[in-house]
Amino acid sequence: MSADLGTILPEILLSLFAILGLLGAVYTGKDALASALVWVTSAVFLGLAAWIGLSGEGTHIAFNGMFVDDGFARFAKVVILLSAAAVLVMSEGYMKSRDLLRFEYPVLVALSVVGMMMMVSAGDLMALYMGLELQSLALYVVASLRRDSARSTEAGLKYFVLGALSSGLLLYGASLVYGYAGTTLFSGIIQTAQHGDVSLGLLFGLIFLIAGLAFKVSAVPFHMWTPDVYEGAPTPVTAFFATAPKVAAMALFARVMHDAFGGAIKDWSQVVALLSVLSMLLGAFAAIGQTNIKRLMAYSSIAHMGYALIGLAAGTALGIQSMLVYMAIYVTMNIGTFAFILMMERDGQPVTDISALNQFAKREPGKALAMLVLMFSLAGVPPMLGFFAKFGVWQAGVDAGLVWLVVVSAFASAIGAYYYLRIVFFMYFGSEDGAIEVNGSKTLWVFLMGAAAIIGIAWVPGINMFGIGAIAELAATSLVN
Amino acid sequence: MIGLEHYLTVAATLFVIGIFGLFLNRKNVIILLMSIELMLLAVNINLVAFSSFLDDLVGQVFTLFVLTVAAAEAAIGLAILVCFFRNRGTIAVEDVNVMKG
Repeated sequence: MSADLGTILPEILLSLFAILGLLGAVYTGKDALASALVWVTSAVFLGLAAWIGLSGEGTHIAFNGMFVDDGFARFAKVVILLSAAAVLVMSEGYMKSRDLLRFEYPVLVALSVVGMMMMVSAGDLMALYMGLELQSLALYVVASLRRDSARSTEAGLKYFVLGALSSGLLLYGASLVYGYAGTTLFSGIIQTAQHGDVSLGLLFGLIFLIAGLAFKVSAVPFHMWTPDVYEGAPTPVTAFFATAPKVAAMALFARVMHDAFGGAIKDWSQVVALLSVLSMLLGAFAAIGQTNIKRLMAYSSIAHMGYALIGLAAGTALGIQSMLVYMAIYVTMNIGTFAFILMMERDGQPVTDISALNQFAKREPGKALAMLVLMFSLAGVPPMLGFFAKFGVWQAGVDAGLVWLVVVSAFASAIGAYYYLRIVFFMYFGSEDGAIEVNGSKTLWVFLMGAAAIIGIAWVPGINMFGIGAIAELAATSLVN
Repeated sequence: MIGLEHYLTVAATLFVIGIFGLFLNRKNVIILLMSIELMLLAVNINLVAFSSFLDDLVGQVFTLFVLTVAAAEAAIGLAILVCFFRNRGTIAVEDVNVMKG
């Protein structure tokens, strides 16, 4: 029992921190403490990330298989914690200057991170559901954080209704899986679904589960909430939505598919491949007409989820490895891009219109160059890191015989390059009107330049992508064996 | 004799009614919340039926979790709805349209 508690100690500590932070702030300074609480929360995230990343080894199973702490979970947790910490630090200045910073914000983010950590470690349908709901319930509230704005509350409402629908689908799938497998433990389900021998009821459950999970990773055809929520939520919240929850949902997807249905890869890999193709194509085409950069980033994230799903569709350890690397790189690119979006303002008001970037390079050559690197990377132009992310999933796809999927994805990425390069075009060659100022925040500058530097130099031979490939390989082999 | 399939049929019917309620309803956001609740309760019928026919308590434990989470979900949904109403003065589904998607 105490060994079990030791295994989930990081989650326990973070929950305690969130509860005590909430109580402490309510009974003392309330919003006056918000700034300090944001910094403390991100420090706690960093500390937990260092702890989990450096000290954890081997596979620990707690609570009779309900909770699994393995290399895969640790990789996902470190990425989640680091990106959540980065987004919190980036939010602080933006929210403070717009009178948005409430002490609930860091507390809710901490609670949603607890949910995400539960999700990636789930070894049972119940643990999966509880983690997912803890994450989602906190995120619904964060989306409507700006209580006096019609857009923000509408985003929250849409996210809530569609998120609840997806939980319902997932749960219906879970109930069918329970009924036809006779257990909710992943280790039990995998034994009933060996050698592609899946009963019809179990297959129905699997499909419903996939539909629910696809909602959470915003894969087409379950993507409708993404653009509206990204546009309506306050920009720091959008930055959060685009990073940590995506990693958690993708890791959970991989966990369920491999841990519970690893014996029936043929049954789900074609469904995942279909989701992947649709996401890539819709993400590439629908983003072309967008003028709002947050909406554009929503379609961009839909497309990127499609690329990452190629790795999952491959159904191999190499596929999972490339998917994990893809998610880590995707998060880095998004943190840099959102640091830039948070800077965009005119007369102190946030601007999200792309045409506001006209001739930006003339005024701020350094920031424009950083944004150029990030946009090239998102588009997948070599030698930026984004290209290697795509190359990795393509390699895994070809290895698994999914050549058609790789061909479609190369096509989609060529189409998608158009709208990323359009932003670069506006910055360097746009017309002379509608100029914006940029916020001189040092924190945002550090994140923008840091992300751009990581993305820009990782191809240098000696750096070898900071060794992330080897770490991801360890993580992937702990999931698929 | 009422068998497992009868329970599953009832649950599936309720679940589909819930989904249709979500997508066909053009009137009121409260009806959306009721449809969501209907879907979750359909799942509960499934879980309890399976639990009883498998002679396994796990399904009923799962049901208790689902009930609890559904209550929390409804509370948060209503809270967001109240905020929305304060801003827009309406809770008609067709007025949830500041952003077009």
